[in-house]
Amino acid sequence: MLRILNSYGALLLRAMGQTLLLALSGLFFACILGMIFGILSVLKNKACNIIAQIFVDVIRGVPMIVLAYFIYFGLPYGLNTLAGMNVTLSALQAGTICLALNCGAYMAEIIRAGIQSVDIGQMEAARSLGLPYWRAMQRVVLPQAIRTMIPSIINQFIITLKDTSILSVIGFPELVNTAKNVVANTFMSFQTWIIVGIMYLIIITILSRLAKMLERRLNRGRF
Amino acid sequence: MKKMMAMLLTGVMISSMALPVLAEDEAKHFTIATDTVFKPFEYTDTNGDFVGIDVDILAAIAEDQGFTYDLNSLGWDSAIAACQAKQADGMIAGASITDERKESGWIFSDGYFNATQSMTVKDDSDIAGFEDLEGKTVGVKTGTQGASYAESLKDEYGFEITYFEDSPTMYQAVVGGQVVSCFEDTPIMASSIQDGGLPLKVLEDTANDGAPYGFAVFNEEGQELIDLFNAGLADIVENGTYEEIVAKYLGEDTAAASAAAMKGDAE
Repeated sequence: MLRILNSYGALLLRAMGQTLLLALSGLFFACILGMIFGILSVLKNKACNIIAQIFVDVIRGVPMIVLAYFIYFGLPYGLNTLAGMNVTLSALQAGTICLALNCGAYMAEIIRAGIQSVDIGQMEAARSLGLPYWRAMQRVVLPQAIRTMIPSIINQFIITLKDTSILSVIGFPELVNTAKNVVANTFMSFQTWIIVGIMYLIIITILSRLAKMLERRLNRGRF
Repeated sequence: MKKMMAMLLTGVMISSMALPVLAEDEAKHFTIATDTVFKPFEYTDTNGDFVGIDVDILAAIAEDQGFTYDLNSLGWDSAIAACQAKQADGMIAGASITDERKESGWIFSDGYFNATQSMTVKDDSDIAGFEDLEGKTVGVKTGTQGASYAESLKDEYGFEITYFEDSPTMYQAVVGGQVVSCFEDTPIMASSIQDGGLPLKVLEDTANDGAPYGFAVFNEEGQELIDLFNAGLADIVENGTYEEIVAKYLGEDTAAASAAAMKGDAE
Protein backbone atom coordinates (compact mmCIF):
# COMPACT_ATOMS: atom_id res chain seq x y z
CA MET A 1 0.00 0.00 0.00
CA LEU A 2 2.86 2.34 0.85
CA ARG A 3 4.47 1.49 -2.45
CA ILE A 4 1.34 2.57 -4.29
CA LEU A 5 1.19 5.83 -2.33
CA ASN A 6 4.85 6.47 -3.06
CA SER A 7 4.72 5.92 -6.79
CA TYR A 8 1.12 6.87 -7.55
CA GLY A 9 0.04 9.15 -4.68
CA ALA A 10 0.45 12.35 -6.70
CA LEU A 11 -1.41 10.83 -9.64
CA LEU A 12 -4.31 9.75 -7.43
CA LEU A 13 -4.50 13.18 -5.81
CA ARG A 14 -4.67 14.80 -9.22
CA ALA A 15 -7.43 12.34 -10.13
CA MET A 16 -9.31 13.36 -6.98
CA GLY A 17 -9.08 16.97 -8.17
CA GLN A 18 -10.46 15.93 -11.56
CA THR A 19 -13.33 14.10 -9.84
CA LEU A 20 -14.19 17.26 -7.90
CA LEU A 21 -13.90 19.43 -11.01
CA LEU A 22 -16.24 17.16 -12.97
CA ALA A 23 -18.71 16.88 -10.09
CA LEU A 24 -18.84 20.62 -9.46
CA SER A 25 -19.24 21.61 -13.10
CA GLY A 26 -21.90 18.92 -13.52
CA LEU A 27 -23.74 20.05 -10.40
CA PHE A 28 -23.64 23.71 -11.45
CA PHE A 29 -25.47 23.01 -14.69
CA ALA A 30 -27.69 20.44 -13.00
CA CYS A 31 -28.95 23.13 -10.61
CA ILE A 32 -29.85 25.38 -13.54
CA LEU A 33 -31.58 22.57 -15.44
CA GLY A 34 -33.30 21.37 -12.28
CA MET A 35 -34.67 24.83 -11.52
CA ILE A 36 -35.93 25.36 -15.06
CA PHE A 37 -37.67 22.00 -15.34
CA GLY A 38 -38.81 22.00 -11.71
CA ILE A 39 -40.59 25.32 -12.19
CA LEU A 40 -41.94 24.24 -15.59
CA SER A 41 -43.61 21.27 -13.96
CA VAL A 42 -45.49 23.33 -11.34
CA LEU A 43 -46.66 26.10 -13.69
CA LYS A 44 -50.37 26.10 -14.49
CA ASN A 45 -49.66 25.43 -18.14
CA LYS A 46 -50.19 22.02 -19.69
CA ALA A 47 -47.51 22.41 -22.39
CA CYS A 48 -44.85 23.35 -19.82
CA ASN A 49 -45.84 20.45 -17.56
CA ILE A 50 -45.61 17.99 -20.43
CA ILE A 51 -42.17 19.24 -21.53
CA ALA A 52 -40.85 18.88 -17.98
CA GLN A 53 -42.42 15.44 -17.63
CA ILE A 54 -40.84 14.19 -20.86
CA PHE A 55 -37.40 15.47 -19.82
CA VAL A 56 -37.59 13.77 -16.44
CA ASP A 57 -38.97 10.51 -17.86
CA VAL A 58 -36.40 10.23 -20.64
CA ILE A 59 -33.36 11.01 -18.52
CA ARG A 60 -34.54 8.94 -15.57
CA GLY A 61 -35.34 6.05 -17.87
CA VAL A 62 -31.81 5.73 -19.29
CA PRO A 63 -28.90 4.40 -17.21
CA MET A 64 -26.12 6.94 -16.92
CA ILE A 65 -23.53 4.67 -18.49
CA VAL A 66 -25.67 4.46 -21.66
CA LEU A 67 -26.15 8.23 -21.58
CA ALA A 68 -22.37 8.68 -21.26
CA TYR A 69 -21.58 6.54 -24.32
CA PHE A 70 -24.37 8.24 -26.24
CA ILE A 71 -23.22 11.78 -25.47
CA TYR A 72 -19.49 11.13 -25.92
CA PHE A 73 -19.72 9.14 -29.15
CA GLY A 74 -23.25 9.45 -30.47
CA LEU A 75 -23.86 13.17 -30.11
CA PRO A 76 -20.80 14.43 -32.06
CA TYR A 77 -21.36 11.72 -34.67
CA GLY A 78 -25.00 12.74 -35.10
CA LEU A 79 -24.22 16.44 -35.29
CA ASN A 80 -21.35 15.93 -37.71
CA THR A 81 -23.03 13.56 -40.12
CA LEU A 82 -26.61 14.79 -39.95
CA ALA A 83 -26.18 18.51 -39.38
CA GLY A 84 -22.85 18.81 -41.19
CA MET A 85 -21.16 20.40 -38.20
CA ASN A 86 -17.64 19.77 -36.99
CA VAL A 87 -17.97 19.05 -33.29
CA THR A 88 -15.67 17.16 -30.98
CA LEU A 89 -16.51 16.82 -27.31
CA SER A 90 -13.78 16.42 -24.74
CA ALA A 91 -14.37 13.84 -22.02
CA LEU A 92 -14.86 16.68 -19.53
CA GLN A 93 -17.49 18.38 -21.68
CA ALA A 94 -19.33 15.13 -22.37
CA GLY A 95 -19.08 14.18 -18.69
CA THR A 96 -20.45 17.53 -17.57
CA ILE A 97 -23.40 17.30 -19.96
CA CYS A 98 -24.08 13.78 -18.81
CA LEU A 99 -24.03 14.64 -15.09
CA ALA A 100 -26.01 17.84 -15.64
CA LEU A 101 -28.77 16.00 -17.49
CA ASN A 102 -28.89 13.09 -15.10
CA CYS A 103 -28.70 15.08 -11.88
CA GLY A 104 -30.87 17.85 -13.40
CA ALA A 105 -33.76 15.44 -13.91
CA TYR A 106 -33.67 14.34 -10.28
CA MET A 107 -33.27 17.94 -9.09
CA ALA A 108 -36.34 18.92 -11.12
CA GLU A 109 -38.34 16.30 -9.26
CA ILE A 110 -36.98 17.42 -5.89
CA ILE A 111 -37.84 21.04 -6.65
CA ARG A 112 -41.31 20.13 -7.92
CA ALA A 113 -42.02 18.07 -4.82
CA GLY A 114 -40.64 20.84 -2.60
CA ILE A 115 -42.89 23.49 -4.09
CA GLN A 116 -45.93 21.23 -4.04
CA SER A 117 -45.31 20.37 -0.39
CA VAL A 118 -46.05 23.96 0.58
CA ASP A 119 -49.74 24.19 1.45
CA ILE A 120 -51.73 25.62 -1.44
CA GLY A 121 -53.39 27.99 1.05
CA GLN A 122 -50.09 29.89 1.32
CA MET A 123 -50.20 30.80 -2.34
CA GLU A 124 -53.92 31.59 -2.16
CA ALA A 125 -53.44 33.82 0.87
CA ALA A 126 -50.53 35.67 -0.76
CA ARG A 127 -52.50 36.16 -3.98
CA SER A 128 -55.58 37.41 -2.07
CA LEU A 129 -53.36 39.99 -0.36
CA GLY A 130 -52.65 41.31 -3.83
CA LEU A 131 -49.20 39.83 -4.56
CA PRO A 132 -48.67 38.86 -8.21
CA TYR A 133 -48.01 35.13 -8.92
CA TRP A 134 -44.23 35.38 -9.32
CA ARG A 135 -43.83 37.62 -6.28
CA ALA A 136 -45.92 35.27 -4.20
CA MET A 137 -43.81 32.38 -5.42
CA GLN A 138 -40.57 34.19 -4.68
CA ARG A 139 -41.45 35.69 -1.32
CA VAL A 140 -43.85 33.18 0.20
CA VAL A 141 -43.72 29.75 -1.39
CA LEU A 142 -40.05 29.28 -2.36
CA PRO A 143 -38.52 30.22 1.01
CA GLN A 144 -40.64 27.55 2.66
CA ALA A 145 -40.06 25.03 -0.14
CA ILE A 146 -36.29 25.38 -0.08
CA ARG A 147 -36.10 24.24 3.54
CA THR A 148 -37.81 20.98 2.69
CA MET A 149 -35.71 20.54 -0.43
CA ILE A 150 -32.28 21.03 1.11
CA PRO A 151 -31.77 17.54 2.57
CA SER A 152 -32.83 15.86 -0.67
CA ILE A 153 -30.67 18.20 -2.73
CA ILE A 154 -27.62 17.43 -0.60
CA ASN A 155 -28.35 13.77 -0.97
CA GLN A 156 -28.54 14.20 -4.74
CA PHE A 157 -25.23 16.11 -4.75
CA ILE A 158 -23.51 13.23 -2.99
CA ILE A 159 -25.03 10.70 -5.37
CA THR A 160 -23.85 12.78 -8.33
CA LEU A 161 -20.35 13.06 -6.91
CA LYS A 162 -20.19 9.28 -6.72
CA ASP A 163 -21.74 8.93 -10.18
CA THR A 164 -18.68 10.63 -11.66
CA SER A 165 -17.05 7.21 -11.35
CA ILE A 166 -19.32 5.97 -14.15
CA LEU A 167 -17.64 8.46 -16.48
CA SER A 168 -14.41 6.47 -16.20
CA VAL A 169 -15.77 4.51 -19.19
CA ILE A 170 -15.35 7.47 -21.54
CA GLY A 171 -11.74 7.87 -20.46
CA PHE A 172 -12.10 10.88 -18.18
CA PRO A 173 -9.11 10.70 -15.80
CA GLU A 174 -11.12 10.79 -12.55
CA LEU A 175 -10.43 8.58 -9.53
CA VAL A 176 -11.82 5.27 -10.76
CA ASN A 177 -10.27 5.57 -14.22
CA THR A 178 -6.88 6.40 -12.71
CA ALA A 179 -7.19 3.67 -10.09
CA LYS A 180 -7.78 1.11 -12.83
CA ASN A 181 -4.50 2.21 -14.36
CA VAL A 182 -2.69 1.85 -11.08
CA VAL A 183 -4.17 -1.63 -10.63
CA ALA A 184 -3.12 -2.60 -14.14
CA ASN A 185 0.43 -1.34 -13.67
CA THR A 186 1.03 -2.78 -10.22
CA PHE A 187 -1.46 -5.66 -10.24
CA MET A 188 -2.34 -4.62 -6.66
CA SER A 189 -6.10 -4.53 -6.68
CA PHE A 190 -7.34 -4.34 -3.08
CA GLN A 191 -4.68 -1.96 -1.88
CA THR A 192 -5.51 0.50 -4.64
CA TRP A 193 -9.27 0.28 -4.12
CA ILE A 194 -8.90 0.81 -0.37
CA ILE A 195 -6.96 4.02 -1.03
CA VAL A 196 -9.55 5.17 -3.55
CA GLY A 197 -12.43 4.30 -1.21
CA ILE A 198 -10.88 6.37 1.56
CA MET A 199 -10.38 9.29 -0.81
CA TYR A 200 -14.07 9.28 -1.77
CA LEU A 201 -15.03 8.96 1.87
CA ILE A 202 -12.98 12.02 2.79
CA ILE A 203 -14.44 14.22 0.02
CA ILE A 204 -17.99 13.15 0.77
CA THR A 205 -17.65 13.54 4.53
CA ILE A 206 -16.35 17.09 4.09
CA LEU A 207 -19.19 17.84 1.67
CA SER A 208 -21.82 16.46 4.07
CA ARG A 209 -20.45 18.51 6.97
CA LEU A 210 -20.52 21.70 4.90
CA ALA A 211 -24.05 20.90 3.82
CA LYS A 212 -25.17 20.35 7.40
CA MET A 213 -23.79 23.77 8.34
CA LEU A 214 -25.66 25.35 5.45
CA GLU A 215 -28.85 23.56 6.45
CA ARG A 216 -28.58 24.87 10.00
CA ARG A 217 -28.11 28.42 8.78
CA LEU A 218 -31.14 28.24 6.52
CA ASN A 219 -33.26 26.83 9.32
CA ARG A 220 -32.32 29.53 11.79
CA GLY A 221 -35.48 31.57 11.18
CA ARG A 222 -37.71 28.54 11.55
CA PHE A 223 -40.08 28.28 14.47
CA MET B 1 -27.18 -47.67 18.73
CA LYS B 2 -25.60 -44.37 19.71
CA LYS B 3 -22.19 -45.81 19.06
CA MET B 4 -23.21 -46.97 15.62
CA MET B 5 -24.60 -43.53 14.81
CA ALA B 6 -21.36 -41.94 15.94
CA MET B 7 -19.32 -44.32 13.86
CA LEU B 8 -21.52 -43.72 10.87
CA LEU B 9 -21.21 -39.96 11.27
CA THR B 10 -17.46 -40.16 11.64
CA GLY B 11 -17.35 -42.32 8.57
CA VAL B 12 -19.34 -39.82 6.58
CA MET B 13 -17.17 -36.99 7.77
CA ILE B 14 -13.94 -38.73 6.94
CA SER B 15 -15.10 -39.77 3.51
CA SER B 16 -16.40 -36.30 2.74
CA MET B 17 -13.02 -34.90 3.65
CA ALA B 18 -11.23 -37.51 1.65
CA LEU B 19 -13.38 -37.20 -1.45
CA PRO B 20 -12.07 -33.88 -2.79
CA VAL B 21 -8.51 -35.14 -2.32
CA LEU B 22 -9.32 -38.22 -4.36
CA ALA B 23 -10.98 -36.16 -7.06
CA GLU B 24 -7.96 -33.91 -7.23
CA ASP B 25 -5.73 -36.87 -7.88
CA GLU B 26 -7.83 -37.99 -10.79
CA ALA B 27 -7.82 -34.67 -12.66
CA LYS B 28 -6.65 -31.34 -11.36
CA HIS B 29 -9.24 -28.61 -11.64
CA PHE B 30 -8.55 -24.88 -11.81
CA THR B 31 -10.49 -21.70 -12.15
CA ILE B 32 -8.92 -19.31 -14.63
CA ALA B 33 -9.95 -15.70 -15.04
CA THR B 34 -9.77 -13.68 -18.23
CA ASP B 35 -10.80 -10.42 -19.86
CA THR B 36 -14.14 -9.90 -21.64
CA VAL B 37 -12.97 -8.41 -24.95
CA PHE B 38 -9.35 -8.38 -26.02
CA LYS B 39 -9.55 -9.34 -29.63
CA PRO B 40 -8.21 -11.71 -30.88
CA PHE B 41 -6.99 -13.12 -27.55
CA GLU B 42 -10.45 -13.44 -26.07
CA TYR B 43 -13.82 -12.34 -27.38
CA THR B 44 -17.30 -13.61 -28.12
CA ASP B 45 -17.73 -14.52 -31.77
CA THR B 46 -20.88 -14.14 -33.87
CA ASN B 47 -22.11 -17.57 -32.74
CA GLY B 48 -21.98 -16.47 -29.12
CA ASP B 49 -18.96 -18.70 -28.38
CA PHE B 50 -16.14 -17.39 -26.27
CA VAL B 51 -13.03 -17.82 -28.41
CA GLY B 52 -9.56 -16.41 -28.97
CA ILE B 53 -5.87 -17.24 -28.86
CA ASP B 54 -5.77 -17.31 -25.04
CA VAL B 55 -8.86 -19.51 -24.92
CA ASP B 56 -7.51 -22.00 -27.47
CA ILE B 57 -4.00 -22.10 -26.03
CA LEU B 58 -5.38 -22.77 -22.56
CA ALA B 59 -7.60 -25.55 -23.93
CA ALA B 60 -4.67 -27.13 -25.80
CA ILE B 61 -2.39 -26.96 -22.76
CA ALA B 62 -5.05 -28.37 -20.44
CA GLU B 63 -5.55 -31.29 -22.79
CA ASP B 64 -1.81 -31.85 -23.09
CA GLN B 65 -1.21 -31.72 -19.33
CA GLY B 66 -4.45 -33.44 -18.36
CA PHE B 67 -6.09 -30.86 -16.14
CA THR B 68 -9.58 -29.39 -16.27
CA TYR B 69 -10.59 -25.79 -15.72
CA ASP B 70 -13.38 -23.26 -15.67
CA LEU B 71 -12.68 -20.14 -17.68
CA ASN B 72 -14.39 -17.07 -16.23
CA SER B 73 -14.63 -14.02 -18.45
CA LEU B 74 -14.58 -11.42 -15.68
CA GLY B 75 -12.94 -8.44 -17.34
CA TRP B 76 -9.41 -7.19 -16.89
CA ASP B 77 -9.73 -5.44 -13.50
CA SER B 78 -11.91 -8.12 -11.98
CA ALA B 79 -9.60 -10.86 -13.20
CA ILE B 80 -6.72 -9.28 -11.28
CA ALA B 81 -8.84 -8.92 -8.15
CA ALA B 82 -10.16 -12.47 -8.49
CA CYS B 83 -6.64 -13.91 -8.44
CA GLN B 84 -5.74 -11.85 -5.37
CA ALA B 85 -8.91 -12.96 -3.60
CA LYS B 86 -8.27 -16.61 -4.60
CA GLN B 87 -11.56 -16.70 -6.47
CA ALA B 88 -9.42 -17.74 -9.41
CA ASP B 89 -6.21 -19.74 -9.56
CA GLY B 90 -4.67 -17.81 -12.41
CA MET B 91 -5.36 -15.42 -15.24
CA ILE B 92 -4.74 -15.46 -18.95
CA ALA B 93 -5.66 -12.15 -20.54
CA GLY B 94 -2.89 -11.05 -22.83
CA ALA B 95 -1.04 -9.68 -19.80
CA SER B 96 2.46 -8.44 -20.53
CA ILE B 97 5.22 -9.68 -18.29
CA THR B 98 6.57 -6.59 -16.53
CA ASP B 99 8.93 -6.07 -13.61
CA GLU B 100 6.50 -3.79 -11.80
CA ARG B 101 3.88 -6.57 -11.75
CA LYS B 102 6.42 -9.15 -10.57
CA GLU B 103 7.45 -6.85 -7.72
CA SER B 104 3.84 -6.94 -6.51
CA GLY B 105 4.16 -10.70 -6.00
CA TRP B 106 2.77 -12.05 -9.27
CA ILE B 107 4.37 -15.00 -10.96
CA PHE B 108 4.34 -15.25 -14.73
CA SER B 109 4.68 -18.23 -17.01
CA ASP B 110 7.04 -18.24 -19.98
CA GLY B 111 5.90 -15.80 -22.64
CA TYR B 112 3.35 -17.35 -24.99
CA PHE B 113 3.10 -14.53 -27.49
CA ASN B 114 5.43 -11.72 -28.40
CA ALA B 115 3.78 -8.61 -29.71
CA THR B 116 5.12 -5.27 -30.82
CA GLN B 117 3.09 -2.15 -30.20
CA SER B 118 2.46 0.60 -32.69
CA MET B 119 0.28 3.60 -33.33
CA THR B 120 -2.92 3.73 -35.37
CA VAL B 121 -4.58 6.84 -36.78
CA LYS B 122 -7.70 7.58 -38.81
CA ASP B 123 -7.17 6.62 -42.46
CA ASP B 124 -7.44 10.24 -43.64
CA SER B 125 -5.31 11.64 -40.79
CA ASP B 126 -2.38 14.02 -41.39
CA ILE B 127 -0.43 12.45 -38.58
CA ALA B 128 2.53 10.53 -39.93
CA GLY B 129 4.60 10.00 -36.80
CA PHE B 130 5.13 10.92 -33.16
CA GLU B 131 6.38 14.42 -34.14
CA ASP B 132 2.84 15.37 -35.19
CA LEU B 133 1.36 14.57 -31.79
CA GLU B 134 2.38 17.74 -29.97
CA GLY B 135 -0.53 19.13 -27.94
CA LYS B 136 -2.86 16.34 -29.13
CA THR B 137 -4.55 13.57 -27.15
CA VAL B 138 -4.02 9.88 -27.85
CA GLY B 139 -6.01 6.89 -26.60
CA VAL B 140 -4.70 3.75 -24.93
CA LYS B 141 -6.26 0.79 -23.16
CA THR B 142 -5.71 0.58 -19.41
CA GLY B 143 -2.96 -1.82 -18.41
CA THR B 144 -1.74 -2.72 -21.86
CA GLN B 145 1.77 -2.59 -23.20
CA GLY B 146 0.47 0.00 -25.66
CA ALA B 147 -0.28 2.23 -22.67
CA SER B 148 3.27 1.86 -21.33
CA TYR B 149 4.65 2.59 -24.78
CA ALA B 150 2.60 5.79 -25.07
CA GLU B 151 3.60 6.81 -21.53
CA SER B 152 7.26 6.42 -22.43
CA LEU B 153 6.85 8.81 -25.40
CA LYS B 154 4.47 11.28 -23.79
CA ASP B 155 6.98 13.79 -22.42
CA GLU B 156 9.33 13.68 -25.36
CA TYR B 157 6.62 14.49 -27.92
CA GLY B 158 4.31 16.53 -25.66
CA PHE B 159 0.95 14.74 -26.01
CA GLU B 160 -1.81 13.81 -23.54
CA ILE B 161 -3.13 10.31 -22.86
CA THR B 162 -6.73 9.21 -22.35
CA TYR B 163 -7.24 5.75 -20.83
CA PHE B 164 -10.08 3.56 -22.09
CA GLU B 165 -11.30 0.32 -20.62
CA ASP B 166 -11.64 -1.76 -23.72
CA SER B 167 -10.39 -1.80 -27.28
CA PRO B 168 -13.74 -1.18 -29.06
CA THR B 169 -14.27 2.07 -27.11
CA MET B 170 -10.72 3.15 -27.86
CA TYR B 171 -11.08 2.55 -31.62
CA GLN B 172 -14.45 4.31 -31.55
CA ALA B 173 -12.76 7.35 -30.03
CA VAL B 174 -10.19 7.47 -32.84
CA VAL B 175 -12.89 7.08 -35.49
CA GLY B 176 -15.04 9.73 -33.80
CA GLY B 177 -12.12 12.14 -33.44
CA GLN B 178 -12.16 12.31 -29.62
CA VAL B 179 -8.50 11.23 -29.73
CA VAL B 180 -6.15 11.52 -32.71
CA SER B 181 -4.55 8.09 -32.46
CA CYS B 182 -4.30 4.98 -30.32
CA PHE B 183 -1.55 2.61 -29.25
CA GLU B 184 -1.98 -1.14 -29.18
CA ASP B 185 -0.42 -4.41 -30.20
CA THR B 186 0.32 -4.37 -33.92
CA PRO B 187 -1.27 -7.73 -34.88
CA ILE B 188 -4.36 -6.98 -32.79
CA MET B 189 -4.93 -3.64 -34.43
CA ALA B 190 -4.39 -5.10 -37.86
CA SER B 191 -6.93 -7.84 -37.20
CA SER B 192 -9.49 -5.50 -35.59
CA ILE B 193 -9.26 -3.00 -38.44
CA GLN B 194 -9.72 -5.75 -40.99
CA ASP B 195 -12.55 -7.58 -39.20
CA GLY B 196 -14.44 -4.47 -38.25
CA GLY B 197 -13.86 -2.60 -41.51
CA LEU B 198 -12.69 0.36 -39.42
CA PRO B 199 -11.51 3.54 -41.20
CA LEU B 200 -8.10 3.36 -39.49
CA LYS B 201 -4.52 2.69 -40.56
CA VAL B 202 -1.55 1.34 -38.61
CA LEU B 203 1.61 3.45 -38.93
CA GLU B 204 4.12 0.66 -39.49
CA ASP B 205 7.29 2.56 -38.58
CA THR B 206 5.97 3.50 -35.13
CA ALA B 207 6.45 -0.03 -33.75
CA ASN B 208 8.59 -0.71 -30.67
CA ASP B 209 10.55 -3.84 -29.72
CA GLY B 210 7.63 -5.54 -27.99
CA ALA B 211 7.21 -7.58 -24.83
CA PRO B 212 5.92 -11.10 -24.24
CA TYR B 213 2.52 -12.05 -22.83
CA GLY B 214 2.36 -14.46 -19.91
CA PHE B 215 -0.09 -16.51 -17.92
CA ALA B 216 -0.13 -15.17 -14.35
CA VAL B 217 -0.80 -16.46 -10.82
CA PHE B 218 -0.84 -14.37 -7.68
CA ASN B 219 1.50 -16.26 -5.34
CA GLU B 220 3.67 -19.34 -4.83
CA GLU B 221 0.63 -21.58 -4.37
CA GLY B 222 0.07 -21.17 -8.07
CA GLN B 223 3.56 -22.39 -8.98
CA GLU B 224 2.17 -25.83 -9.81
CA LEU B 225 -0.20 -24.31 -12.35
CA ILE B 226 2.64 -22.25 -13.85
CA ASP B 227 4.73 -25.42 -14.20
CA LEU B 228 1.86 -27.23 -15.92
CA PHE B 229 1.34 -24.24 -18.20
CA ASN B 230 5.01 -23.99 -19.15
CA ALA B 231 5.32 -27.73 -19.82
CA GLY B 232 2.14 -27.73 -21.89
CA LEU B 233 3.21 -24.63 -23.79
CA ALA B 234 6.53 -26.20 -24.74
CA ASP B 235 4.67 -29.30 -25.99
CA ILE B 236 2.13 -27.45 -28.12
CA VAL B 237 4.82 -25.25 -29.65
CA GLU B 238 6.78 -28.41 -30.48
CA ASN B 239 3.86 -30.34 -32.02
CA GLY B 240 2.59 -27.42 -34.11
CA THR B 241 -0.71 -26.88 -32.28
CA TYR B 242 0.49 -23.45 -31.19
CA GLU B 243 1.15 -22.33 -34.74
CA GLU B 244 -2.27 -23.60 -35.84
CA ILE B 245 -4.00 -21.62 -33.12
CA VAL B 246 -2.21 -18.37 -33.90
CA ALA B 247 -2.75 -18.86 -37.65
CA LYS B 248 -6.49 -19.23 -37.05
CA TYR B 249 -6.67 -15.70 -35.63
CA LEU B 250 -3.76 -13.76 -37.09
CA GLY B 251 -2.90 -15.47 -40.37
CA GLU B 252 -0.08 -17.81 -41.45
CA ASP B 253 2.73 -15.25 -41.55
CA THR B 254 2.34 -13.96 -38.00
CA ALA B 255 1.86 -17.52 -36.77
CA ALA B 256 5.03 -18.84 -38.42
CA ALA B 257 7.07 -15.91 -37.11
CA SER B 258 5.61 -16.25 -33.64
CA ALA B 259 6.18 -20.01 -33.50
CA ALA B 260 9.75 -19.62 -34.73
CA ALA B 261 10.41 -17.02 -32.04
CA MET B 262 8.93 -19.33 -29.38
CA LYS B 263 11.14 -22.23 -30.48
CA GLY B 264 14.15 -19.92 -30.46
CA ASP B 265 13.33 -18.96 -26.88
CA ALA B 266 13.08 -22.58 -25.79
CA GLU B 267 16.55 -23.46 -27.01
